[in-house]
Amino acid sequence: MIKYFKAFIFFLCLWPIGIIISNIYYNDLGAEPVKKIMNHFGEWTLIFICLTLSMSPLKRITNLSFWIKFRRMLGLFVFFYATIHLLTYVGLDYRFDWEPIINDVLKKKYIFIGFSAWLLLIPLAATSSQKMIRILKHNWKNLHRLVYVIAIFGSLHYIWLSKTIFFKPLIYTVIIVVLLALRIKIKKRDINYG
Amino acid sequence: MKKISFSEITPEKIYLKRRDFIKKLGLSTSSFLMIGQNFLNNANASTNKLEPTEYRYISTYNNYYEFGTRKSDPVEKSQNFKTEPWNIKIDGEVENKINISALEINNMFESEERIYRLRCVEGWSMVIPWMGFSLSKLLEKAKPNNKAKFVEFISVYDPVQMPGQKYPILQWPYKEGLRIDEAMHPLTTLVTGLYGKKLPNQNGAPLRLIVPWKYGFKSAKAIVNIKLVEKMPTSSWMRSSPREYGFYSNVNPNVDHPRWSQASERVIGSGILSERIPTQMFNGYGDEVANLYSGMDLKKYF
Repeated sequence: MIKYFKAFIFFLCLWPIGIIISNIYYNDLGAEPVKKIMNHFGEWTLIFICLTLSMSPLKRITNLSFWIKFRRMLGLFVFFYATIHLLTYVGLDYRFDWEPIINDVLKKKYIFIGFSAWLLLIPLAATSSQKMIRILKHNWKNLHRLVYVIAIFGSLHYIWLSKTIFFKPLIYTVIIVVLLALRIKIKKRDINYG
Repeated sequence: MKKISFSEITPEKIYLKRRDFIKKLGLSTSSFLMIGQNFLNNANASTNKLEPTEYRYISTYNNYYEFGTRKSDPVEKSQNFKTEPWNIKIDGEVENKINISALEINNMFESEERIYRLRCVEGWSMVIPWMGFSLSKLLEKAKPNNKAKFVEFISVYDPVQMPGQKYPILQWPYKEGLRIDEAMHPLTTLVTGLYGKKLPNQNGAPLRLIVPWKYGFKSAKAIVNIKLVEKMPTSSWMRSSPREYGFYSNVNPNVDHPRWSQASERVIGSGILSERIPTQMFNGYGDEVANLYSGMDLKKYF
């Protein structure tokens, strides 16, 4: 049963791709199609970060371990959408013209932090298998705490690219901060009650 | 004094068809426009390549934070904005203070078509066939005195009609400024329309500025007050982030915005597979305006 449900969730997670395909089909990408695609996948990356970070707190709150079964899949979708977002920027926007890209990464702080977040995702995606969990043992957990740093980098990436105080980046930042704060509480409880 | 009546206005479809027809004849758009028109429409070298952006993009993809920060907010939220009656004051360091309605300005100065590239600081550009006239014509009527070194443009403040003004996104009302010689330059245009039509609300009706060699935000919309002043005014964007937005804000591919590169731009409406184009110094209007800045370090005075 859970297997089918997981497959269903997997296809649901492809929804952002469906939107873009439909936009392309109906020629509905607007005045700046490249920017729209880039922003679309950037925002979905943040949404998937929030979803991934929600699983542990949901397990605590509902007392159901069911949620944890989706964490890995959601986390891999973070990497998937972050990669499409990056490829849109590098390939579609800048046509693999490396000089301005390298210049941007080094000089523009929002691109630097966004790119750093993507680099940090690579080891997490690479060590997501059951086998790697066994090999890395307790180091695996420490390594995967990097997702907290990635989440903060992601929200800063969005804030720094905005021209003035915009609502959306602030909303994502608040959600991420709340999700991280929930963990501090969880950890303390762990210490207190063993 | 010629006023454009509604019957004279070319519907956009026919307008575009005519352009197409002219192109088929082997003439460039600009060579046609050159006939009988003032040099300003085609003085710059880049005009030969200027193909106007489609009206649907010009009228739906706007930065006009008074109506909200999304590109679609201005067109969605400005349709009931009242532009009549509309009064404009020209005051400060002038001999003749002027208080005039937008309608009177429309009757007093003949608008002509001026096709300019608009380069946004965000890294995109459009080519827009504005209707308008040189701001200098209006300023001359006010007779600036010898203390008038700068011109400040103040946009309307009306939070009831402009939902974006309920939030401190920027300091309201929106303010912009030019040096007096920039303001008197013939390319500096007071805009009354576009594509041969009345200026749409989302594009800054009833009266806005266009300074083609500067980033778009320098061109204040829905102007109610033009003030001649002695000291350099502080614009809304300078106040918001002085490190990022300078007073001059000339289009300059060699001076990056602190957060993004200005070396190239995306052309609005050119489709998903088209490439960025290199940004030109002074947005391609260097032949006309570079002399205004001779001897100035444009990295320092950005």
